[in-house]
Amino acid sequence: MSATQTHGHAADHHDDHGPAKGITRWLTTTNHKDIGTMYLVFSLVMFLIGGAMALVIRAELFVPGMQLVDPGFFNTMTTVHALIMVFGAVMPATVGLANWMIPLQIGAPDMALPRMNNFSFWLLVAAFSLLILSLFMPGGGPASGWTLYPPLVLQTGDALPLAIFAIHLAGASSIMGAINIIVTIMNLRAPGMTLLKMPLFPWTWLITAYLLIAVMPVFAGAVTMLLTDHFFGTTFFAAAGGGDPVLYQHIFWFFGHPEVYIMILPAFGIVSEIIPTFSRKPLFGYDAMVYATASIAFLSFIVWAHHMFTVGMPLAGEMFFMLSTMLIAVPTGVKVFNWTATMWKGSLSFETPMLFALAFLFLFTIGGFSGLMMAIAPVDFQYHDTYFIVAHFHYVLVPGAVFAIMAAVYYWMPKWTGHMYDTKLANIHFWMSAIFVNVLFFPQHFLGLAGMPRRIPDYSTQFADWNMVSSIGAFGFGLSQLLFVYIIWKCAKGGQKVSAEVWDGARVHGLEWTVPSPAPYHTFDEAPVVK
Amino acid sequence: MKMVKRAFVAGMALFGLASPAMAAWSDVNLRVGVTELSREIYGLHMLILWICVAIAVAVFGVMIYSIATFRKSKGAVPATFDHNTKAEVIWTVIPVLILVGMAIPAARTLVKIDDMRGSELTVKVTGYQWKWQYEYVDHGVSFFSTLARTSDEARQLDSGIRPESVENYLLEVDNPLVVPQGKKVRVLITANDVIHAWWVPDFGMKKDAIPGYINEMWFRADEPGIYRGQCAELCGRDHGFMPVVVEVKSQADFDAWLAAQQAARQAAAAPAAQTAAVVSPVDQVAAVRVAVAE
Amino acid sequence: MAQAQAAHGSDKYYIPHGSKWPAVGAVTLFVTMLGTAAVLNGSSMGPWIAYLGLAGVAYMFFGWFGTVIDESQRGLYNAGVDRSFRMGMTWFIFSEVMFFAAFFGALYYARQLSVPWLGGEGSRFMTNLFLWPDFEASWPTNGPAGIGGDFQTIPAFGLPAINTAILLTSGVTITIAHHALKAGNRGVLKIFLALTFLLGFAFVGLQAEEYIHAYKELNLTLGSGVYGSTFFMLTGFHGLHVTIGAIMLLVIWLRVMKGHFTPTHHFAFEATAWYWHFVDVVWLGLFIFVYWL
Ligand code: HEA
Ligand code: HEA
Ligand code: CUA
Ligand SMILES: [Cu+2]
Repeated sequence: MSATQTHGHAADHHDDHGPAKGITRWLTTTNHKDIGTMYLVFSLVMFLIGGAMALVIRAELFVPGMQLVDPGFFNTMTTVHALIMVFGAVMPATVGLANWMIPLQIGAPDMALPRMNNFSFWLLVAAFSLLILSLFMPGGGPASGWTLYPPLVLQTGDALPLAIFAIHLAGASSIMGAINIIVTIMNLRAPGMTLLKMPLFPWTWLITAYLLIAVMPVFAGAVTMLLTDHFFGTTFFAAAGGGDPVLYQHIFWFFGHPEVYIMILPAFGIVSEIIPTFSRKPLFGYDAMVYATASIAFLSFIVWAHHMFTVGMPLAGEMFFMLSTMLIAVPTGVKVFNWTATMWKGSLSFETPMLFALAFLFLFTIGGFSGLMMAIAPVDFQYHDTYFIVAHFHYVLVPGAVFAIMAAVYYWMPKWTGHMYDTKLANIHFWMSAIFVNVLFFPQHFLGLAGMPRRIPDYSTQFADWNMVSSIGAFGFGLSQLLFVYIIWKCAKGGQKVSAEVWDGARVHGLEWTVPSPAPYHTFDEAPVVK
Repeated sequence: MKMVKRAFVAGMALFGLASPAMAAWSDVNLRVGVTELSREIYGLHMLILWICVAIAVAVFGVMIYSIATFRKSKGAVPATFDHNTKAEVIWTVIPVLILVGMAIPAARTLVKIDDMRGSELTVKVTGYQWKWQYEYVDHGVSFFSTLARTSDEARQLDSGIRPESVENYLLEVDNPLVVPQGKKVRVLITANDVIHAWWVPDFGMKKDAIPGYINEMWFRADEPGIYRGQCAELCGRDHGFMPVVVEVKSQADFDAWLAAQQAARQAAAAPAAQTAAVVSPVDQVAAVRVAVAE
Repeated sequence: MAQAQAAHGSDKYYIPHGSKWPAVGAVTLFVTMLGTAAVLNGSSMGPWIAYLGLAGVAYMFFGWFGTVIDESQRGLYNAGVDRSFRMGMTWFIFSEVMFFAAFFGALYYARQLSVPWLGGEGSRFMTNLFLWPDFEASWPTNGPAGIGGDFQTIPAFGLPAINTAILLTSGVTITIAHHALKAGNRGVLKIFLALTFLLGFAFVGLQAEEYIHAYKELNLTLGSGVYGSTFFMLTGFHGLHVTIGAIMLLVIWLRVMKGHFTPTHHFAFEATAWYWHFVDVVWLGLFIFVYWL
């Protein structure tokens, strides 16, 4: 970092301090930018590991027949791929962005609880060390799907407690991270920045943080019950003792559905930052965006059983969850329409972040449509547990959440490093990603409709063609991501210097564009005043 | 209901036009299936699909138009408006109406699916790691159904057998479930170890098999034939290898088949005391309880 | 304390320097979890690894909270920092509420849905007919297979009622202590705070007594079907929280004895009090839904 300023005298005045030297800096840091960077790097590493696991899956599915792995190991790959991508890649990436950007966007000197902030990060490292360790236990890694349904999950070998403790630690990390974000936003906004003047990214994160605090503990409770069912003779999830395996599913999805919005709401925030900047126009319907985000968050608590239409719920339950789920299309639609209206009569340019945001707009919407189709309970009896589902959630997660994260990286990286990245390579990265992601996931709609179940290592020959296409797309997409790593590395090393504003006209879109690039180690020691 | 039917017909007509090769289309779309419910579900599916396509055309159309027209490189000057209450109300209300339009037929079909009355044959299906057990609860017939040997050999790691050379690779069993054509078959589904799900796409339904509980579903197959499906809930290592095969026979053929089964069973049961003949619920329970207690 | 007062004048939001405690915490928790997992998997090394980790965690808590107390006494925390702590504690408690909600949810589900279904209610009579024909829904129950054997339950208006009285009283004593603190009446503060944590520990002691009774004489165990599961998980996690809360109270009391806190500046005291009230409220839920109804 460039901002090694003269060392201060009074120990109480942190603002004279630059970063510590060497590894201690990262282990002990309380600086939101350092912690943000660590989160982002961690997330990238996890994305590569989780992606490598996805490539094992896609390689085995390249042609029918079993060529590469044991079916049990295949299930482990599916399970751990998902756990790593969800809890190790996407969530930490958005937390990293929040760490970097929220203080800058609201004019705060740092996160409100800086030591706890560092704790959140290192707990995550501990959690994923446990999870990855669990792969090497006798009996193999967890292989019951990321949903960890009993009774199957109770057949896991020695990996079970490790995986469960990994979830506990990751959950604790998320809860502390969320508390930090809420407190920072509610307590440290610059004078004059009322909540309804706050940019959309902090807004969506604020709401996400509430979701996290509400549901992570529930998940922790659910996996704790798994643990005691396995080791201490409880029968929460066994009919013989008066429990019910489906009870676990209710608890899990009470967490699990809000969890998917935890992954997408920050993405909505990012897109709401980028589209106005490159449309050179204020965000259309700011208030509506805020209210829509809040409505989505509220609804996300009452739709969970749409993941369980086939468990044999009473009719009234099926009806309720079908209707409540369908309702989510309304506030989400409001968002899509507002983004479109922001572009309307704007003056658009197509830098890399904008390209990713636009791809998000189209492809997330496609994922949303398939979601809506699955919300129709009677039809979900057909879709459920097929590749149609896999296609749906990868559309909302990969060209949805992941593309938004990439857009954010391209949007803010010049602010972080002070350099413009290699724009030509970045555009190549975009086009390769955008094309391959469709080659990868679009055919999975066909596979699912034609009847291919998910979580299978081998399939009947009628599914051969589209699986091959999908696998080719996967390897293409994976390769493209190596380019992404290279672009980031190169940009961190050097490149064309950028101004404080970075993007022309960006100044009006947020306080982060008023501080120099790269952002100094300490910013907004004196709070800016927002008109 | 009319709505669904109309949508169904419209859907059929549309893709009939769009794709000359019907076979190719069935590789990429939901199956119409052979029951009234599966057809209704298919109609709903097409209805929502086309609604989504229509919305997509409209929304993406506006996006593409904006991207093409309001370009800085073309000298576009940005407007400054940042809201428009009328537009916002419209695009909140219209989706609500569309959703109501979808929800009504969907709810109707859901009610129909839930109606278990008037069944003419009851089959109890039990999932095991990794096979199915079928019991004709009123006829004293019961058997297991596992992946056919040909498939099982071919699916071993590096078996050297090309899956393409195996007929109905992974979709063939030793003993299929046999049911009569045109009769309402009620399926009682449970499992013995972990959760499985019983699914035949052509019947339009899947249902989870949950240990310790019984779920119900029904179907009435119009056409005789062999219908194939798979276990649809991750149930461990060989989840991918426990297919469901149902043979629908005419009533007469079915009766003959059932009688033959019963005769074979009696012959087998005579020496071996009662053990082989499974079947009253009570025996069942005893068996399950023993299993559970272990 | 003079410094603490002075801090209120400061408008600078205190940002601490680098601290080793988070990393120490992460490593020691990692070791603790690893050890516990090893215990569960039956490894003889497990307990030692777990103890090592726990010792490290304890070290982390001492060090971290020691630093925080020290900073607080040096007056580094202004009103803004205080507000952050308050918000943080509030949302932490909310997360705890949601943790308990998972178990209360399980209790609700078992009583209202799964047990009646197993008994043949609703559309599920086939379940009863085919799988559990002898089973009649009732509560308490250890399920159709009678898991864990016959057991008796603990009547609400014995020990649990006494424990309720204890916790409610402790809610009153801590409020008196708080008022005393605000009024600068440190004598009353010391006595009532001490009373509070003593009541807390008394509660834990009685709860332990109750568990022993349940295991030894009533055959009510964690393995007593879904009743035993929900009973012990709910009361057990609650007991754990009471223990933590009582330790917090003890620490606060020790700090009071050392002369910490002023009538206007005593976040740690209030946070503990909130936590204590939360534990209290959860108990009321337990008393009503687990013991009584
Ligand atoms: C980021 C993650 C994310 C997001 C945003 C969503 C969004 C939605 N999801 Fe998805 N979903 C997942 C991640 C996500 N999902 C995952 C991971 C799973 C599988 C988990 C597992 O089993 O492993 C899953 C599974 C899943 C199921 C269970 C399927 C099954 O297993 O059988 C269902 C069923 O209802 C569903 C529905 C929806 C709906 C209705 C939305 C809605 O929010 C979508 C709303 C958006 C739109 C509709 C598009 C834009 C709107 C307009 C342009 C307005 C006009 C439109 C209309 C009026 C139609 N999802
Ligand atoms: C945010 C979440 C997220 C993300 C980003 C992804 C990304 C991808 N997913 Fe994943 N996926 C899930 C969440 C996610 N997935 C979930 C929740 C499930 C359900 C699990 C379950 O059923 O329980 C699932 C399941 C799932 C399946 C179904 C498995 C099954 O049912 O058996 C498949 C199959 O194609 C798949 C593929 C992919 C692919 C190809 C990518 C690609 O986008 C990945 C691209 C990235 C790379 C390929 C990395 C690039 C790196 C290299 C090329 C080099 C590697 C080198 C080193 C590590 C040194 N995923
Ligand atoms: Cu049985 Cu999957
Ligand atoms: Cu969902």
